[in-house]
Amino acid sequence: MIVYAGAVMVLYVFVVSYVSEGPFQSTPGAVGGAPRVLAYAFAAALAVELMIAMLGSGLQGIDGEGAQYDPGFGTPAQIGELLLTRFLLAFEVASFLLLIAAVGAVVLARRRGGEIDSTQRRALSVMDMLRDERLGTMAETVHAGPAVGATTPAAIDERSQGGW
Amino acid sequence: MAIGWYLAVSAIIFTIGAAGVLTRRNPLVTLLCLELMLNAANLALVAFSRMHGNGDGQIFAIIVMVVAACEVTVGLGMIVAIHRRSLPVDVDELRELHG
Repeated sequence: MIVYAGAVMVLYVFVVSYVSEGPFQSTPGAVGGAPRVLAYAFAAALAVELMIAMLGSGLQGIDGEGAQYDPGFGTPAQIGELLLTRFLLAFEVASFLLLIAAVGAVVLARRRGGEIDSTQRRALSVMDMLRDERLGTMAETVHAGPAVGATTPAAIDERSQGGW
Repeated sequence: MAIGWYLAVSAIIFTIGAAGVLTRRNPLVTLLCLELMLNAANLALVAFSRMHGNGDGQIFAIIVMVVAACEVTVGLGMIVAIHRRSLPVDVDELRELHG
């Protein structure tokens, strides 16, 4: 719960403050007109339906205080034991999902060093990584196109400012 | 307090979230309302877990929270990317998928 409040809500606050400044000051409001009425009608219908489902469920325990109170119920020890024994697979899958989401968020929010149009785009080879930054490529020598990561002053500037 | 009241609160929160998702155009608010709906479901899960005296519902709620955190992370990353490209942050303007 603390992790949740700490991570997600702080992320929200940062993104809200990031997005609200900038060229697009106006944040879009709610929809208007017929869709709005329709949406609220749908929401009201949903509420009524949920209440009907609850009242008509016929569950015996719904009016009671719940099961007999067990001193160990809901303690971190019990939850931890369940997570690591019975729900181990779900736990592992969830951790993988978190990893994938973190990597995906970084990839999505990364600063791109300008758009590369299709004439400049070519396959990135291993030699581009190994090559000294100050050296050109063979393709550049025969004027076949600029090297990927060629060190024009603009490129250096871009790189030193960095993205993530 | 009877379990039914918790379910009633959960239903109301879920309805508020659904109304927000349907009416709002700012993707940030839409994401927050989605979060509201997921948390309403979490509340119902924990209430049922207490009703049965069984810990499984709480584990389910924790897993739902993990999924919600992933969804919010990716969603906020997309919003930041949209903002970087100086596109309007409005779900009505962003109907078409192109690169």
